[in-house]
Amino acid sequence: MRRNWSLYPYILWMVLFTIVPILLVLYYSLLADGGGFSLTLSHYARVFEPLYLAVIWRSILLALVSTVICLLLGYPVAMILAASPAKQQFSLIVLFVVPMWMNFLARTYAWMSLLETNGIINTVLGFFGIEPLSMLYTSGAVVLGMVYNYLPFMVFPIFTVLRKLDPSLLEAAEDLGANPLKTFMKVIFPLSLPGVLSGITMVFMPAVTTFVISQLLGGGQFTLIGNLIQQQYLRTYDWGFGSSLSIILMVIILLSMGLISRSNAYEEGGIL
Amino acid sequence: MTQENQGKTSQEMIRLVDIHKEFEGETVLQRINLSIAKNEFVTLLGPSGCGKTTTLRIIGGFEHPTSGDVMFDGQRINDIPAYQRKVNTVFQRYALFPHLNVYENIAFGLHIAKKDGKEIKAKVKAALNLVDMPGFEKRPIRSLSGGQQQRVAIARAVVNEPKVLLLDEPLAALDLKMRKEMQLELKNMQKQLGITFVFVTHDQEEALTMSDTVVVMKGGVIQQIGSPINIYNEPQNVFVADFIGESIILEGRFLEDCLVEFAGRTFPCVDKGFAPGEPVDVVIRPEDVDISADPESAMLQATVTSVVFKGVHYEMLAETAAGQEWMIHSTTMAPPGQTIGMSLKPDNIHLMKKEVQGT
Repeated sequence: MRRNWSLYPYILWMVLFTIVPILLVLYYSLLADGGGFSLTLSHYARVFEPLYLAVIWRSILLALVSTVICLLLGYPVAMILAASPAKQQFSLIVLFVVPMWMNFLARTYAWMSLLETNGIINTVLGFFGIEPLSMLYTSGAVVLGMVYNYLPFMVFPIFTVLRKLDPSLLEAAEDLGANPLKTFMKVIFPLSLPGVLSGITMVFMPAVTTFVISQLLGGGQFTLIGNLIQQQYLRTYDWGFGSSLSIILMVIILLSMGLISRSNAYEEGGIL
Repeated sequence: MTQENQGKTSQEMIRLVDIHKEFEGETVLQRINLSIAKNEFVTLLGPSGCGKTTTLRIIGGFEHPTSGDVMFDGQRINDIPAYQRKVNTVFQRYALFPHLNVYENIAFGLHIAKKDGKEIKAKVKAALNLVDMPGFEKRPIRSLSGGQQQRVAIARAVVNEPKVLLLDEPLAALDLKMRKEMQLELKNMQKQLGITFVFVTHDQEEALTMSDTVVVMKGGVIQQIGSPINIYNEPQNVFVADFIGESIILEGRFLEDCLVEFAGRTFPCVDKGFAPGEPVDVVIRPEDVDISADPESAMLQATVTSVVFKGVHYEMLAETAAGQEWMIHSTTMAPPGQTIGMSLKPDNIHLMKKEVQGT
């Protein structure tokens, strides 16, 4: 291979800010407590205690539920966007993107004031004589926060693929006797899979690692794997356990991404 | 006119009745009346923007006429969606499904129709044989050449045994040699399968080679309907004459039945029925000009200005004393600068009504 000097700064960057930190995390996860340089797997053993397995399981479950809801909500939105005429398309996209320009924390706090017991929704419901609902600090609130924040990441990759779809393929399907539903099942959806898969990746990854959404909308008692890691580093200073949790999380993400790219056999480079 | 004669046959497959089509206030089709018989090979011919593809798409169900009726096998099908019509289309850019292989593409329509698995297999195999591509079942679409994709697109359409096959410039993307081959193959296929073909092209030679009936269109209006021979030999107006093959178009004056004046003298002709003294367009095919090396005994004299060798014939330009330029196709060659004699047989002089603006 030809040497390309312009690559070197990027390689240096990658080594300094990606490879070295990962190796450091890996090192801390194996380092025994109480000083010295002896290595141990005890931190990893702790991860598999039922208490922590439950946290990991809950994180994956909530992230999955949010991803599925994002897909169900996002796919029709992407179809509407792709089908709308060019002029409208632009303004619709702007409408969709504008909320993302607002700070992530501000948006999530806004949901808190909407959902809390004396919040806006319950106040409105009160006018109709409905007892206040406890919506905040539930798993539903966490899923809502995830869906709200990550929905655009599902919509845009699907929209991009659908917009490029050759309309004559849809006519060909219709010509061969496929009604609109069959055309969707046999042509539109299969051809949009690269977008769907990258959307799933882009929603699932931040959802499974989040700690802000679960902290604010789930309350202190609602722990996800992201919160657990945050606690280890910032409160209990148990870097070994925090690092092993991080490594396990990385493995989970790598495995799920591997699964996704294997099912994406039709077009290479579909992810991101 | 021809269309009315055809309309009376009981074997009528498709009938377009007074079709009118507007796109955003712009008229693209006007008063389209067309009857297509069973097993007929009909070609819609015209320059781009003449409405030929829109007409085809109206038959296919992809466009809806602003007014007028589409009749199919005696029934009005205006409101029948494309997926319920018994027609299949070969699209211009083939529109093969990239996520399916050759077999799955061809079997698509049969699967939708819920045909039995064995039957599908047999039919796909037969269709691949028909287009001369046996054994290509497992190949991905991307690995095929343009000509092969073309064949798969045809197989995918005919495997459903439609009553009518619509072809939207299917040969436009192929090179010349392949195009000639496919023209003959398509024609044979049409005879063999016994289905009605409606073929759209802007290539007049393609239209003349393949069709039973040619429909010449311009500006959303049908100019002439007829057999290839009829269209070529008896063009109804200057546009058709000019579009189908090469033509010399001259201004003339009708004197009396079978006598016309142009190029500074009178000629005997076979046309009748114009008003005496009426200005007419005179259309002459370049190959109908007889040239001789003896200018004195000929009807007209001209000086050759250029010669191009075209393979079968020479294409020459000759200028008359009056300054008119004539194109001549002849197997004998006269070098530039030579004065030649030009003669015309009466039945090779075609008189046409002067084009009135706006029709």
